[in-house]
Amino acid sequence: MLTLECPYCGVQADETELSPGGEAHLKRFGPGSDIDDFEGYLFMRENPKGVHFERWRHAYGCGKWFLAARDTATLEVFGTYPAQTTEPPQALREAISAKRPGWRWRDFA
Amino acid sequence: MPEATSALNGREASAGAITLRDAGLVGMITLRGNLASAKLKAAVKKAVGQAVPEVRRMAGGLEGGAGWMSPDELLLVTAHDKAAETVAALSAALKAEHHMAVNVSDARAVITLRGGHAAEVLAKLAPADLDPDLFPVGELRRTRLGQVAAAFWKSDEDTFHVICFRSVADYVFDLLEASAKAGPVGVF
Ligand SMILES: [Zn+2]
Repeated sequence: MLTLECPYCGVQADETELSPGGEAHLKRFGPGSDIDDFEGYLFMRENPKGVHFERWRHAYGCGKWFLAARDTATLEVFGTYPAQTTEPPQALREAISAKRPGWRWRDFA
Repeated sequence: MPEATSALNGREASAGAITLRDAGLVGMITLRGNLASAKLKAAVKKAVGQAVPEVRRMAGGLEGGAGWMSPDELLLVTAHDKAAETVAALSAALKAEHHMAVNVSDARAVITLRGGHAAEVLAKLAPADLDPDLFPVGELRRTRLGQVAAAFWKSDEDTFHVICFRSVADYVFDLLEASAKAGPVGVF
């Protein structure tokens, strides 16, 4: 069972109270964009074994979207943070580095 | 106009030390907006006599309450026959601000759950930590009960008020009754 702390409510929300929203920090390429960029936005996902960043929604709680960093292999959760951010907070990145030295995810490390 | 009737129509049940009771007609208003705004704070105070609550808290109760539902949403509780005029007053007071005030009284049901192990009756149904140290009086939690969305707040040491959608009121009451009938667990 995955348990994520909702950064708005501060409650430890278990998986059954949440709905998943796929990968975090996608940059949208809309109409008129380069065909390869559009393909990447639409289809290309990381699917890593290890450090991953995801979107989750506190569906049965406050209803808000938030972001989470976790390890897909061990289910260890590194942290959660509000959706109103374009990249993982520095403190969280450092916390991940302490546990998974040399980690890399898209452009973040 | 036909008379308003609560979804549970006065239903009551008891099992051991637990009693369950339809709280009857309750005025409920969803208010969305900037909770830090001075205008909104004043409007809430005027509407239900309460300050804007802290995160996860219920200020006041059935006789006039304000519950924290999300970073931009409150549940205001008032007398059922005052809900419409309270919405009108809120809308007038917040006219210049981005907000939404809606009377949801008849879209919901409220159940009063009372008894020594009331927290355990809920804990069996919701993925929420109801340990009295972590869930004190005045705490409000939006979560699920069994298969449906619900919210509850702790009114005093052994009383909770449970809110759910009108369409699932019978299901939630049945669920609470079954949980109560199964008896205390002895965890809290
Ligand atoms: Zn939440």
